[in-house]
Amino acid sequence: MKVEFRHVTKTFGDHRVFDDLTGELTFDHVLALVGPSGGGKSTLLRLLAGLDVPDTGTLLVDGVAIPDRETDLRVYRRRIGVVFQAFNLFPHLTALENIILPLEKVHRIAHTDALRRAQDVLERFQLAAHARKHPAALSGGQRQRVAIARAIATRPDFLLLDEPTSALDPEMTGEVLDLIRELRDEGRSLILVTHEMGFARESADLVAFVAGGGVAEASAPDAFFGQPQRAETRRFLERVFRY
Amino acid sequence: MGSSLRQYFFDSPDAPAPRAVRLITVLVMAGLLAAFCWSVLASATSNWDAVWAYRAVFWKGWLLTIGISALALVTSVILAVAVALARRSTFLALRSVAQIYIEIFRGSPLLVLILFGYYGVANAIGADNRLLAGTLILSIFSSAYIAEMIRAGIESVGKTQLESARAIGLTTVQTYRCVIFPQAFRQTLPPLAGQLASLIKDSSLLSIIGLTEFTFAAGQVNSATYSTLESYFPLLIGYLVLTIPISFLSRQLEERFRYES
Repeated sequence: MKVEFRHVTKTFGDHRVFDDLTGELTFDHVLALVGPSGGGKSTLLRLLAGLDVPDTGTLLVDGVAIPDRETDLRVYRRRIGVVFQAFNLFPHLTALENIILPLEKVHRIAHTDALRRAQDVLERFQLAAHARKHPAALSGGQRQRVAIARAIATRPDFLLLDEPTSALDPEMTGEVLDLIRELRDEGRSLILVTHEMGFARESADLVAFVAGGGVAEASAPDAFFGQPQRAETRRFLERVFRY
Repeated sequence: MGSSLRQYFFDSPDAPAPRAVRLITVLVMAGLLAAFCWSVLASATSNWDAVWAYRAVFWKGWLLTIGISALALVTSVILAVAVALARRSTFLALRSVAQIYIEIFRGSPLLVLILFGYYGVANAIGADNRLLAGTLILSIFSSAYIAEMIRAGIESVGKTQLESARAIGLTTVQTYRCVIFPQAFRQTLPPLAGQLASLIKDSSLLSIIGLTEFTFAAGQVNSATYSTLESYFPLLIGYLVLTIPISFLSRQLEERFRYES
């Protein structure tokens, strides 16, 4: 998979997140975006998800430019699965209904087919017993797994995960990371923003350090964590691994 | 020992009284209050037979009150959804109109609106159907309150929900229909039930334009029998019979939705 940036600028108020960002990231399946808070990794993911548009410049995924008009973006977003940090699911719908909703409403799949597909994916993720529960009755880890199941069920080209475990306690973090690793082993393409350095090191094909208005450094995990090239990357990793 | 006696008279979160005790207390106190009222008023009431003869008038008026209230509830909810959406519009002119609508109709006394609406506006445009005009005025008055409830309900739906809806590719209309309204509805239902009770009570003011609803019926009976207390007493009971179950329902809805989501 290849992600390209051409003169991308993005500002929020006075804060310039990306300043004329140009470059490309090529990786087999899994790209991990790491970096300090406010460094722009979530913004980058939102641009890739088509949830935000850059002020100027273009992003390309596998050579195709991401559109900038809302109607085109909506079509673009259908091909992507997005999972946020928390509150992904709709609280008034059961786990099963949450998965069926986009299948029926967005992808126009007949109810019986959508139902079967949703049940299949819940079963595969060992969530079948929770199909009829509302999100409030699920644990945080189960909720995130249902959210990932919903994203997968639409058979997206690739998945975008924005700190999917940051709101979870350690035990639940494990069950969600296990699931993400399963997806990697199936050969799915995914880009995730994460603070789980161990997971990034073990499961990513490419790790990108996003800070200071762009992608400061990107390399394979062994090189990234073994011999970081830039001083700011080293400082960041030292801080993260201090304890 | 003290605590076992205490629980028949006191109820607090850490020492709750049994359910039966609470219910019996309500009934006993209601009985005592009724007895007190009776002792005060018994000497003054004597003409029940005359009023009883007009029971059909009461009955018809009561049914009309229910009909007006039900119709006004439906109409006002429809109006209120439109006003609430307009109130949230990004188009400034539309939003301003919704804002003005809400402020004017919440800020004016219903009695004034009825007089102005019927003798002023309805007569001016040649629409003199009391029932339609009255119900519409009541609906408009009520819709201004309900619009704000619906708006609060819509705004209680988190931003992250809208983000999720966008991320999975729902259109704006689908987002409202599948994500926002179902959640906003749960938020709005308890206060909406309360508003229905207000609507029923407020409909009594329509008697001023000669609509033969419950209050007007009681007035007619009073003029015919000259027994004021006996004529208006059924009125009190008739409204309470409608509003008490609704306030009960409203509280139950609140309980039910509190723990979900």
